Amino acid sequence: MNAAGAVGPAAVAAQVAAVVAGAPLLAGLMRQVRARLEGRAGPGIAQPWRDLRKLMRKEPITPVGTGPAFRTAPLLLVASTAVVAALMPLASTATPAGVRSDLILVVALLALGTVALALAGLDTGTAFGGMGASREMTVAALVEPTILLAVFALSIPAGSTNLAAIVSGGIHDSARLASPAGLLATAALAVAVLAETGRLPVDNPATHLELTMVHEAMVLEYAGPDLALVELGAHMRLTVLLGLLASLAAPWGIATTASAAAVALGLVLFAVKVALLGAALAAAEVFWAKLRLFRIPELLAGSFLLALLAVTASYFLTGE
Amino acid sequence: MNVIATATVTVAGLAAAAALAGAALPPRARAVTAGVCTAALGAAALAAGTAALGGRRWSASLPGLLPPAGIHLAVDALSGLFMAVGGAVVLAVAVYGIGYAAGHGPHGIASRGAQAVLPVFALALVLVPAAASVSTFLLLWETMALTSLLLVLAGHRAGSPARQAAVRAAGIWYAAMTHLGFVLLLAGLALFAAGAGGETFAALRAGAAGMPPLARGAVFTLVAAACASKAGAVPLHPWLPRAHPEAPGNVSALMSAAMVNLGVYGIVRTGFDLLGGGPRWWWLLVLGAGALSAVYGVLQAAVASDLKRLLSYSTSENLGLALVGVGAAGLFHATGNRAAASLALAAALLHIVNHAAFKALLFCAAGSVLRATGVRDLDRMGGLRARMPATTAFFAVAALGAVALPPGNGFFGEWLLLQSMIHGLAVPGVFTAIVLPLAVAVIALSAGLAAAVFVKALGVGFFARPRSAPAAEAAESPPTMLAGMGLLAAACAALALVPGLLGDGLSRAVAAAGLADGRPLTGGALGVRLDRLAASLSPLWVACALTAALAAVSALTRLTARRRRRGNARLWDCGGGAPTARMSYTATSFAEPLQRVFDDVLAPEQDVNVTPISESAYLVERVRYQRRVPDRIEHRLYRPFLDTVTGLGRASRRLASGSVHLYLGYGFFGLVALLLALAVGA
Repeated sequence: MNAAGAVGPAAVAAQVAAVVAGAPLLAGLMRQVRARLEGRAGPGIAQPWRDLRKLMRKEPITPVGTGPAFRTAPLLLVASTAVVAALMPLASTATPAGVRSDLILVVALLALGTVALALAGLDTGTAFGGMGASREMTVAALVEPTILLAVFALSIPAGSTNLAAIVSGGIHDSARLASPAGLLATAALAVAVLAETGRLPVDNPATHLELTMVHEAMVLEYAGPDLALVELGAHMRLTVLLGLLASLAAPWGIATTASAAAVALGLVLFAVKVALLGAALAAAEVFWAKLRLFRIPELLAGSFLLALLAVTASYFLTGE
Repeated sequence: MNVIATATVTVAGLAAAAALAGAALPPRARAVTAGVCTAALGAAALAAGTAALGGRRWSASLPGLLPPAGIHLAVDALSGLFMAVGGAVVLAVAVYGIGYAAGHGPHGIASRGAQAVLPVFALALVLVPAAASVSTFLLLWETMALTSLLLVLAGHRAGSPARQAAVRAAGIWYAAMTHLGFVLLLAGLALFAAGAGGETFAALRAGAAGMPPLARGAVFTLVAAACASKAGAVPLHPWLPRAHPEAPGNVSALMSAAMVNLGVYGIVRTGFDLLGGGPRWWWLLVLGAGALSAVYGVLQAAVASDLKRLLSYSTSENLGLALVGVGAAGLFHATGNRAAASLALAAALLHIVNHAAFKALLFCAAGSVLRATGVRDLDRMGGLRARMPATTAFFAVAALGAVALPPGNGFFGEWLLLQSMIHGLAVPGVFTAIVLPLAVAVIALSAGLAAAVFVKALGVGFFARPRSAPAAEAAESPPTMLAGMGLLAAACAALALVPGLLGDGLSRAVAAAGLADGRPLTGGALGVRLDRLAASLSPLWVACALTAALAAVSALTRLTARRRRRGNARLWDCGGGAPTARMSYTATSFAEPLQRVFDDVLAPEQDVNVTPISESAYLVERVRYQRRVPDRIEHRLYRPFLDTVTGLGRASRRLASGSVHLYLGYGFFGLVALLLALAVGA
């Protein structure tokens, strides 16, 4: 009883630790894949960790005229993403957090981080901060319907918005994943994930050009440990959202029982799945160009349509 | 004696005392005495409402009062919910109003008239849900409308001429729309009373089933239209973004947080309780109006740069969401799924409670800012965080509720609404398969846009640096105003952390609406579980987890950092010298991308005027840029109608030439025509 009881909390801790430790490595992997495909040697997978260590050693800087919102936003970003990592069934569905892992709650917690950063951008009172915040909130507002409709489509077969229930439903009944509704919803969610994490073609994480920055403009004033947290938060968001996509589209290997071996296997498979997804995304990004800001709504409208089709398909194909 | 009876009598007594104090006392004592009495009135109404939510009932009939119909009152859990919400808002806002009135001159909200009318408005506000006959309901409803109209007009002699003109225009719009609503309500309820053969609610309930479907449909449509207009639902909303911003701060808080709710109450009471539910098209109408209001309201709020106008459009949005819930509940009820119906109705009612808490706080904070700076335009605010820290904190708490994100108080209501939609799909029928996904999309879109709206309001209005002289000279509000806002903030926090405590009350209110089907949700301090549906949420747990994670991240950062002391640095200025406040993003620029995305819906008008210098067409002397986003529905729907009416009025002047012979002729021909018509008709 004791051993089994300890596995659940340990699984939650392991998930959070894996996301925190693995997120910079994922970012490094994606940059390395991209560098190789572009014919460069690349700095190696661990470079983001070295960057973070360097930033942590620097003096914390408060730009003149900023307030508590600016100071707490990086903390809130990392904290909310960590809570999401604890909630989601990334490695195991049989965790004590599993009963609370509501998909709508997960989406809302991720949005909380976005809102905190946007407020921090406005708090600086510079044109860059405001511009980034305005663009980020525009994109976030348009992504919301797609995400929630995809959630809706995915929760119909499970009869619940509980993520653990959806994932374990997918493991036991894999026909559900290959159904038109499941595929359409996953596709819609994939586009939404691109937009939420600020990847190409919605935003270019490597740009520092005024006209194209979205996320980077918002966090331009951060330096030192604060910047380290913002960067770590961004990497963690990407990891968590790719993990969500992986758990929903390919839930195989996620532990459904509280056994240590199953959880360990689930953790390894989670790392492999996210690494594969990240590498594929990085490879695809080499061939994509960033969309104009005002073309993004068209992309999001497309994904919204996919999500709507997913809901209606799941209704008409599973219902009578 | 029954608690509710005692409380109701107290409410009436305190209202009379407060009105007398407002009318008779000298200026300084007036605001304090009337304010304290009004706050006590709110507390008594809150007590009555809470007792009713706890399962007590009370009814009274006073045939001697106001003959021939008499006054009939009855309080059940549904009335109790709205009484409690109204009472709580009145309590906090009255405390706030004591300090608010002190800062104003002899005109406006501190005047004898306004202080005497305000308690009567509060009385009508908390007693409308207790009305139990058509005549009592109409009497209280109209008292509420008239007193609020007088209060909106309180500022008609204060401020600049432009402001005064705006107040007058708002008053006219409000008077016209609210009376249009009253006419519809009067017609609907009179039809109902005639059909059911009695005017007390008990008689209506008994007689409703025997009425022909067409008459029932007509009654519902009329009443729903009147109530939707009171709730600010599109397209009957144009009064709301005019009247709420022009009203004094405490009045707009009362109107936006308590009065609009009664629109939803009217629909629920008539549709579910009195008529006992109805066919699908009724509820599709309600749901459609709700969805339209939610999206249109939040879009207008997204592009508004006047803080109070933004908040009023957000009221339209939130009441729209509540109407979506009510409409869905009706739809499920019509198709026979009572579990889903009661859940949807509970979600709608919970959303109303949450909205009342955060919107009252938002309007109070906006009133404080207006009082301290005289500025309503977000573009000219900024930097208030350092000058009005408490007000900014209160606004932030309320904004967190309004964006419907955890750990704010709006999240749980919207979560419940989404759950009811998702589980409602089990209801068979192509209708639900098409309507519900769209409703979910509407809720999601409005939630997403609301995040942008309140990031804008908080970030641009309160953060960064001041962008005008009045904003730079702002000072914190007096303690009574802060105390009033503190009460509301505590209510927001309680609703955010332990909404489960409302679970039983909500279940009773839903049962009182006639959707009795067990308890839709069971809850306690720790969280809420939905009956029969596999869904649970514990807001307290979420808040604790977030706090713990925040503390852990903060501690880890401090441990790993090598240098602890924070240094100051200039903002990044691209090497061009320190950026001035004029370079920062304004509300208009913040909303520009959204405005461009929704260009086709909003149809903004912009005007660029380039004046070249006289010698050369290529050198520009001056560029004038003007942009407005008019309320398009008002523009397209109301303007042509008003223009036609004005045209007809002008044209009919020719009929009145001043000749007495002509007028006698009109009389003669009119009489002949009437007699002819009677003869032919017979």
